[in-house]
Amino acid sequence: MSDATLLSARGLSLTFGAVPALQSVDVDLWPGELLAIVGESGSGKTTLLNVLSGRRAPDDGAVWYRDPAGRLHDVHAMPAPALRTLHRSDWGFVHQDPRQNLRMSVSAGGNVGERLMAQGARHYGSIRAAALEWLEQVEIDPGRIDDLPRTFSGGMLQRLQIARTLVTHPRLVFMDEPTGGLDVSVQARLLDLIRSLVARLNIAVVLVTHDIAVARLLAHRIAVMQRGRVVETGLTDQVLDDPQHPYTQLLVSSVLNA
Amino acid sequence: MMGYNFAYLDEQTKRMIRRALLKAVAIPGHQVPFGSREMPLPYGWGTGGIQVTASVLGQQDVLKVIDQGADDTTNAVSIRRFFARTAGVRTTTHTAAATVIQTRHRIPETKLRDDQIIVYQVPQPEPLFRLEPSRVETRRMHGLADYGLMHVKLYEDIARYGQISISYDYPVMVNGRYLMSPSPIPSFDNPKMDRMPALQLFGAGREKRIYAIPPWTEVRSLDFEDHPFRPINAPHPCGLCGATDSYLDEVVTDDHGGRLFVCSDTDHCAERRAAGHVGTDGVKEAAE
Repeated sequence: MSDATLLSARGLSLTFGAVPALQSVDVDLWPGELLAIVGESGSGKTTLLNVLSGRRAPDDGAVWYRDPAGRLHDVHAMPAPALRTLHRSDWGFVHQDPRQNLRMSVSAGGNVGERLMAQGARHYGSIRAAALEWLEQVEIDPGRIDDLPRTFSGGMLQRLQIARTLVTHPRLVFMDEPTGGLDVSVQARLLDLIRSLVARLNIAVVLVTHDIAVARLLAHRIAVMQRGRVVETGLTDQVLDDPQHPYTQLLVSSVLNA
Repeated sequence: MMGYNFAYLDEQTKRMIRRALLKAVAIPGHQVPFGSREMPLPYGWGTGGIQVTASVLGQQDVLKVIDQGADDTTNAVSIRRFFARTAGVRTTTHTAAATVIQTRHRIPETKLRDDQIIVYQVPQPEPLFRLEPSRVETRRMHGLADYGLMHVKLYEDIARYGQISISYDYPVMVNGRYLMSPSPIPSFDNPKMDRMPALQLFGAGREKRIYAIPPWTEVRSLDFEDHPFRPINAPHPCGLCGATDSYLDEVVTDDHGGRLFVCSDTDHCAERRAAGHVGTDGVKEAAE
């Protein structure tokens, strides 16, 4: 295990009955790096994301996380309170459907401020200032701070979810198809936003996507999954321009101008 | 009374409730489940409080029961008579003379002592229930002391109304650990819970939960640094006794907008009047 990795997984295996969802998967993630996990649907991408983030325990294997002080933690051996603290401070999770993460009956400002308050922020003025700043960062009109999310469009909801996740300056964010279900022009703006925020805040991201174009645009490195195995991994351009594994070749050739 | 055990409940039930009470006192603010019994009054009328009272009552105790501060409303009279019949204990309306006080929606104005027990009737013990519908999830939140959600509610109030709009059942942190519903007492009464010398017991009959605050325990009302907790009270003196430091009820006296503000704590008001204090409407009353 390299000294600098932020997150490392070794030999992750998980089966759902007879279906192997993960078969001895290794993953390494360095600080500030954006790793894309691509593959067809059912290949185990989302399962891998859930196991990496500690939301689901693997049958075999371990996930190690290095905290800011340099100590290593076995994510699946952590006590529940510590894991929860991690999830609401150092880590973030962006769902495909923002409604899973947002509180739809709480205003946009309250949604952005919740993680701050969960961390112990008790100054209304500064929480509101942070919420306003983050709405601006994700290009939502600050005048809508007191509006309910149900009055927002799909793209705005996704941007609100990103603001809510990034407000605590996490070091590691898990994203599950963040652009899924959005139309192409909204996707492009969102990708642009994610790329600039991640670069500026030096956040490491594990991004699950079935869209090779998204991976090419955002990711530094790419891991290709098929039937629960990582069949190929490497730098994004290298993997996409010169695919070695037959499945990767198929995947790349099936996308026009990828 | 013939045919009933002392204070209505059988000894095994009392034993079960006392165990729950001991556990509740050991973990201030934590909700302890208990096997709530059917009582001869409807849910919502104090089935939880009456079971706790029955379990702590001894033959030498003096019982006071109040409902919204008053000793003379149906609920208070019925429960007081119930224990007078089933336990034969002495009852009183004087706060200072009571050893056990069962209350609904108020804490008496007279400061309680360390030889007194106050029993609250609680309709909804879960402070997060309007915010998080899942009990599994709220239990996890209590276990992990994950109370950001409650502050989200306070944040929403300030964003919407410019102030925290909760006027009763104002959430409190007990001993710096557990978020607790103080039962629907007015926020005016919240400061009285902090480091109270008396033992405070809470019973929720329908929800089958007991919790407690041991004497001298820190009870803090939630707030923001720049929007501190502010108890709400009508800006008037009591019309009958002239008190300016007690919680007031507004009574509509006619259909021309006539209003009378009186102490909600009837015992407090009566004692002040007996001591010669007279409010503006009290004088009129005496002259008529």
